Amino acid sequence: MAVTKRGITRSAVLLVLGAYFLLPLVAMAEFSTRGANGTRSLESWSGIVDDPDLVDAILVSVQLAVTSSVLVLVLLVPTTAWIRLRLPGLRQLVEFLCLLPVAIPAIVLVVGLAPLYAWVDYFLGDSPLTLTFAYAVLVLPFAYRAIDAGLSAIDLRTLAEAARGLGASWGTVLLRVVVPNIRGALIGASLLSVALVLGEFTIASLLNFDTVQVRVNLLGKRAAGVSIAVSLLSLLFAFALLFLLSFVGRRRDASPANGSPEEG
Amino acid sequence: MVAPVTTAAGKGPSPGPCRRRTDSGPSRARWTAWLVVAPFLAYVGTFLLYPTALVLAGAFQDGDGAFTPANLAELTRGVHLQAFLRSIELSALTALLGAVFGALLSWAVATGRPEGALRRVVIAGAGVLAQFGGVPLAFAFLATVGFQGFVTTFLRDAFGVDLFATGAWLFELPGLTLVYTFFQIPLMVIVFLPALDGLRPQWREAVDSLGGSSWTYWRHVGGPILLPAFLGSLLLLFANAFSAYATAAALVSQGSPIVPLQIRGALTGEVLLGQENLGKALGFGMIVVVTVAMGLYALLQRRFTRWQ
Repeated sequence: MAVTKRGITRSAVLLVLGAYFLLPLVAMAEFSTRGANGTRSLESWSGIVDDPDLVDAILVSVQLAVTSSVLVLVLLVPTTAWIRLRLPGLRQLVEFLCLLPVAIPAIVLVVGLAPLYAWVDYFLGDSPLTLTFAYAVLVLPFAYRAIDAGLSAIDLRTLAEAARGLGASWGTVLLRVVVPNIRGALIGASLLSVALVLGEFTIASLLNFDTVQVRVNLLGKRAAGVSIAVSLLSLLFAFALLFLLSFVGRRRDASPANGSPEEG
Repeated sequence: MVAPVTTAAGKGPSPGPCRRRTDSGPSRARWTAWLVVAPFLAYVGTFLLYPTALVLAGAFQDGDGAFTPANLAELTRGVHLQAFLRSIELSALTALLGAVFGALLSWAVATGRPEGALRRVVIAGAGVLAQFGGVPLAFAFLATVGFQGFVTTFLRDAFGVDLFATGAWLFELPGLTLVYTFFQIPLMVIVFLPALDGLRPQWREAVDSLGGSSWTYWRHVGGPILLPAFLGSLLLLFANAFSAYATAAALVSQGSPIVPLQIRGALTGEVLLGQENLGKALGFGMIVVVTVAMGLYALLQRRFTRWQ
């Protein structure tokens, strides 16, 4: 009796909330395939590639996604591994700094970044790729959590001492011992960073850089169909990335068990 | 999370006491040790701490850099005070809605198979909507309940119902409330699901074997254990809605009903003499509200982890 009642409640919750979340997606698909006089057409979808500004903006966002994930990994992996091995006293400070962006809304950060970017423009030119610096800050909390969890799951000190004992330099330890062992966490951190950067609007729009979300927002004023098509596309792409992530997480949990026979 | 750590620690030789000094001297070692962390500290100092300090300091300065409390005094008056109150109201309401429905959805997912397809799809979908959200969400709702939206036209053609009879509500506070729940519920799933997973099945079995009902279990066991996590998530959701900008910016192009949109106005509009730092004062106010919410969240989180 209790089991069936529970089952009914569960199905009802899933059905109602499922419909609530799927309806806008269905509506986007419907809206973006509207043609003249109630017909169906893919004009809005082909409009994506026909708009050179939009294509440029998409390319900029994709490049930013790559550069921002690389920057955040290059900054975080040596730092977090090093504080665990040699400077444990710094751990709290680094953790605090990495989680700080959570308490500072992007819309507030951009107020302080605007004068700073006058200098970035001056030294590095006004390429939209300079947004990499701001974006690495935004993804810092997410990347830190993923990498920290990855490092917690391995016996870093023993691994590093074994490698050092065999004559490896610290660089070799980092690249050939630490990185392969937390591969899953690094992939996870990168996928999250990519998804976040592709969806970012606040900073790009207020620093006047043309990324995909800024373009989509501008387009909405005159070509709503195209904007909605790109929005749906970007949501689905982000979903694919995060769905992939759910498999990465499982492999990482399983790896120590698989690895032990080889070591024994 | 716990299992890999114990296996790793169990099979290796004991770390710690047998640590070897491989560097030439303690003083040089300390110096080079700091060098590895330097790029990270320099980067965070430049692109996180410096801009934040600019905002915090600017909130107390006039156009010439002299100290003044005028910017902050401005926040306690008229449109700015109203914006703060409206922002807090919007965040509190959507946090509550998100927490209740998100907790229900988490429960429905947690009772399913841990490696099941449903769980994967819900978690990935929740991640997209909670963190990716922004502009696409605004357009999702324009396509659904906008002037020419799917639901709007369907209701008009099939039932003669005009969704906009009472005005352009989608572009005002009620619309923001509706759209915000669309990323608040998924965020609740992300932060609350781990707490539900932490409930041990043995507790439920113990209640069952003692003759307790489902209600007894939630009233005396599950509820009290989950309460700190639930309240903590509520605060996190509040901070999240309070900080959100992109969705509101894409939806509301005229007027600035909430604080983030007022900051947009301060950054892009022409600045009145004597109000050069108003944007920074607004930012300062936002940081204060978010920090209070996140601080309470951290406290509750610590209380909850005692049970895990």
